[in-house]
Amino acid sequence: MEDFLQNLLNGIAAGSIYALIALGYTMVYGVLKLINFAHGDIFMIGSFVGFYAGRYMARHATGEAASLGSAALVLLLAMLVCGIVGYLNERIAYRPLRNAPRIASLITAIGVSFLLEYGGQMVFGPDPKFFPTLVEKKIIHLGTITTTNYQFIVLAVAIVFMGLLQYIIYGTKFGRALRAVSFNFETASLMGIPTDRIISMTFVLGSMLAAVAGILYGLSYPKIDPLMGIMPGLKAFVAAVLGGIGNVPGAVVGGLLIGIIESFVGGSQFSSYRDGIAFVILIVILLFRPSGLFGRYEPEKV
Amino acid sequence: MMPRAWWLRDLVYLVIFVAILIGATYLIAYSETYFPAMRYYHRILVMMGINITLAVSLNIINGHAGQFSLGHAGFMAVGAYFAAFLTLYYFGPYVDRLGEGSGQQWLLQNVLLFIAVILGGIVAAIAGYVVGLPSLRLRGDYLAIVTLGFGEIIRVIILNIDKIGAARGLSGIPPWSNFFWVFFFAGLTILISIRLVNSSVGRAFLAIREDEIAAEAMGVDTTKYKVKAFIIGSCLAGVAGGLFAHFSPAYLNPTMFTFIRSFEVVAMVVLGGLGSITGSILAAIILTFLPEALRGVKDFMPGGRDPRMVIYSLMLIILMLTRPQGLFGRRELWDVLSRRKDTIPKEPRDAGDATDKLDRDAGPPVT
Repeated sequence: MEDFLQNLLNGIAAGSIYALIALGYTMVYGVLKLINFAHGDIFMIGSFVGFYAGRYMARHATGEAASLGSAALVLLLAMLVCGIVGYLNERIAYRPLRNAPRIASLITAIGVSFLLEYGGQMVFGPDPKFFPTLVEKKIIHLGTITTTNYQFIVLAVAIVFMGLLQYIIYGTKFGRALRAVSFNFETASLMGIPTDRIISMTFVLGSMLAAVAGILYGLSYPKIDPLMGIMPGLKAFVAAVLGGIGNVPGAVVGGLLIGIIESFVGGSQFSSYRDGIAFVILIVILLFRPSGLFGRYEPEKV
Repeated sequence: MMPRAWWLRDLVYLVIFVAILIGATYLIAYSETYFPAMRYYHRILVMMGINITLAVSLNIINGHAGQFSLGHAGFMAVGAYFAAFLTLYYFGPYVDRLGEGSGQQWLLQNVLLFIAVILGGIVAAIAGYVVGLPSLRLRGDYLAIVTLGFGEIIRVIILNIDKIGAARGLSGIPPWSNFFWVFFFAGLTILISIRLVNSSVGRAFLAIREDEIAAEAMGVDTTKYKVKAFIIGSCLAGVAGGLFAHFSPAYLNPTMFTFIRSFEVVAMVVLGGLGSITGSILAAIILTFLPEALRGVKDFMPGGRDPRMVIYSLMLIILMLTRPQGLFGRRELWDVLSRRKDTIPKEPRDAGDATDKLDRDAGPPVT
């Protein structure tokens, strides 16, 4: 029982990071029908901005209050940098191909992904780095299970940003425009919605969430390197597809599901199959629900 | 005078092709004894041949049948590991018992390599059948991610089989593969691909790519042909894997077959132009040669960091931005060269997969 709760808690913490990345995938897919393979690497950039900024802050800020404030500052900085990278990514690599075959932008997405990975190896160096402790680590005992305050921070931050996203999509003018563009691209532009600007903003928003995920990831698993974005990025994409790609709550549920199941498999005797389990779940679910858990089934029109 | 019957003509081509290959193989082996640097070029050439086989075979699935597969490295891994398993544990010791350097041994090892590679291809084809089955229900991006997932599952399974080295990798595979075999199979793949696209099966593939619903309405058994495309493509990928496994240093590791490898092959196919066989060949040559040609750049960099992969990825992006339809579009080399209007197929504005327009209009909204 305590193993069960322990795995569940670890799974939820890991899953909320996957969910934050998955949200970026699913929003971009919603408006552009494009698998943005570079998204996992933007997550990596977020982590590295956190690494450098955090190291700088650690030298200049001391004390409990200052450390919390500087952690928030690091988070904001990472979001800013990733937002810019995401914007440039869309502007340079995807917008010129808006009217080209969709597969062409998929290849530029792969190209950008390679560029960020190898560029990261050039700039940051290929060896792993240790993420600074932005907040002091405390071990918490909850009955029989042990946890750290990090897991609660991850959970709280993730929930705050998901709530914020929910508000942006349903409570603002931009959100309404975003939903319109994803519902029907051409009609939205005929209705006077500046589709290009909305798409740019979607990339910025998604990249900012990836930055948050990058910081939270660095906090929980402090070893970071320029290729760290590949696997979490891929699994987050799987999570987005699992939930029904283009569907925002679906991405959250998919991310949590994958995080929890991975945590259980990792804690069992089949732990060496951990990296494969996400795909097994994906295939099983897609066999029964071809458009994901919450995806809308679209009948084909001639 | 060329014979009329297609199979006879192909046979003549094949004999000429094999003769050229044998000549080239001997030339390379001969020059290697005098110029040790040739070893390096030999390896690049062999990698080119393997990449050509991979790209042309993926082009059957992605380019002709229009089914977006991201799991090619997985099929390659199946073929590579199965063939290597056979030669390492069964064929190798058998050949070793024969006298060293005898003609008999030489003949036997080539025959056994051929058998191992073909069997690897067949096992990969079976894997392709298993992966092809879910494509009955899935389309477009869902299919892409499922094939990617299958590729990763194959890799994780290999990681857990101790008999084939697991995470240590598989070493000690007899290095029997050479220039001849690699380009023999590359040529065979190209021949199969050209013959296929002009056959009724190939026509069915093209019909499915253009419009699946219309194809079905016209009586094309879309399911059957989609699975067929997967089987053929993955079989040839398995063959490429088998050849790769047996080329010195004849070492296999699961990290060689991640989805990054699949991406590289997809990049070759798309860069060449989806559906263009010669385009895939040209792109495979360019994308294999490019990182090697950029090796010299390192000397100009401070700190000894190697920027070649950065340049490689930048060039991939720039090439795609300047020619979104690929180098040749849907045309073949001879269409481009002859410039005869009647041979040039019309270039639809929305190449890529046929469901493109449909997707954009009726995609699932953000909810």
